[in-house]
Parts: sequence; structure tokens; C-alpha cells
Amino acid sequence: MTAPLIKLSRERIDCAALAEKVRTAACGAVITFAGVVRELSDDERTVNGLSYETYPAMALEEMHKIADEAQAKFGPCEIAIVHRFGDLAIGETSVAVVVAAPHRAPAFDACEYAIDELKARVEIWKKEHYVDGDATWRENAKAR
Amino acid sequence: MQVRVVAFARVRELLGYGEREVELPASATVEDLWRTIGTPELDVLRESTRIARNGTVTEPTAQLADGDEVALLPPVGGG
Repeated sequence: MTAPLIKLSRERIDCAALAEKVRTAACGAVITFAGVVRELSDDERTVNGLSYETYPAMALEEMHKIADEAQAKFGPCEIAIVHRFGDLAIGETSVAVVVAAPHRAPAFDACEYAIDELKARVEIWKKEHYVDGDATWRENAKAR
Repeated sequence: MQVRVVAFARVRELLGYGEREVELPASATVEDLWRTIGTPELDVLRESTRIARNGTVTEPTAQLADGDEVALLPPVGGG
């Protein structure tokens, strides 16, 4: 296993490049989860774009912990977790989790664990901007 | 003593700043800091806001020290 690739990025996320970077010859399964900005909010308002802000010191530490936990729970795997910050348009990738493992079951499990825990625990905040000019900070359902 | 306050999202907007140095009496606690910078609008968010001292979430009764960075963390929304 190599060290997890953990990053907060102002630049666009290239999921394919990330997967190529993470996988090794030992990996028979590569799972990529991409969270993408969509045009409707959970309460069905039309979204113009999102802005994310983060507290990098704590966010990066928590993302590292999540990657370590995923490896401890689901076995040896390569992990990348990258989250955007700043202003994002509809269709842009806000977060990518790539897990490469010898077999698919642990790769799926580790990937799901990592994105669920990120949404609940990592110091990142999201503001939805609507087409009518209104905006609101949106908390995750299981946010702590 | 002086601590550095950093605030995010809704809390940052209510405070009107993202970071600021705040002067406090020696041996002030996290809760003392909240009362010093607080406003009625901000108090509504007290229960849902976690407070971290130098990168670790801490209790309201925790004592602060000169040079600490205190972060005000509303519920997260990443992903």
C-alpha cells in the first residue's frame, strides 16, 4: 500500500487521472465515486452553482483518518480522496473518492465508507446559490 | 492574552469576519470567548457549533492560552 492521496483543490478534479495515479499492479478493482454539482437542490430549487469553504488543517487530518479507517476495516487498498473548494458550476466534480483493491467487494465498501464519513465529519461547508439570487448554507443530514 | 478566532460558513457571515485577533482576560475559557464575540443572532447557532482549539474540538469549559487558534465550526456540508 502507498500512502493515501488526500487533497483539497481549487482546481478541477480529473477522476480518470486520479484513478491511474492510485492503482497499482496488485489492484484488480478500481472504484471511482464522483460527487457532481446538480441543478436541483434537495428541496427542488434550481441551483446556479455551489461554493465550498474549508478549514484545511482539520479537514485534511480528518480525511487522512477516514482513509486509514477504511484500510483498517476493509483490507489493504489504495485510496484517494480529493475535495474542491471555491466556486463550482453545475456538472463540475466537487469530490472524488478512488479506491483500488485486489477485489471489488472491499473496494466498493471502502469507497462507500469514505464518502459517507467525509460527508458526516470533514470540515467543509457548502453554499447553494439559486437562480433567483437567493443562497443558503446546506448542512448534511448526518453532519456532526 | 490574545487568541485568533477563525469562523466558517453561516457563523463567519453572522460575525462579519473569517478571522480576527481577540483580546481576552488571562484564564478565559472557550465559553468566555463566545460571550465576548457573540451576538443574539450568533447565539441561536451556539448549540450546533463545535469549537476547536488548535485543531481539536474542545469543551466549553476548556481554558484558552495566549496564541491559541479557536475555530468556530457549524455543521458540515461537504460532498
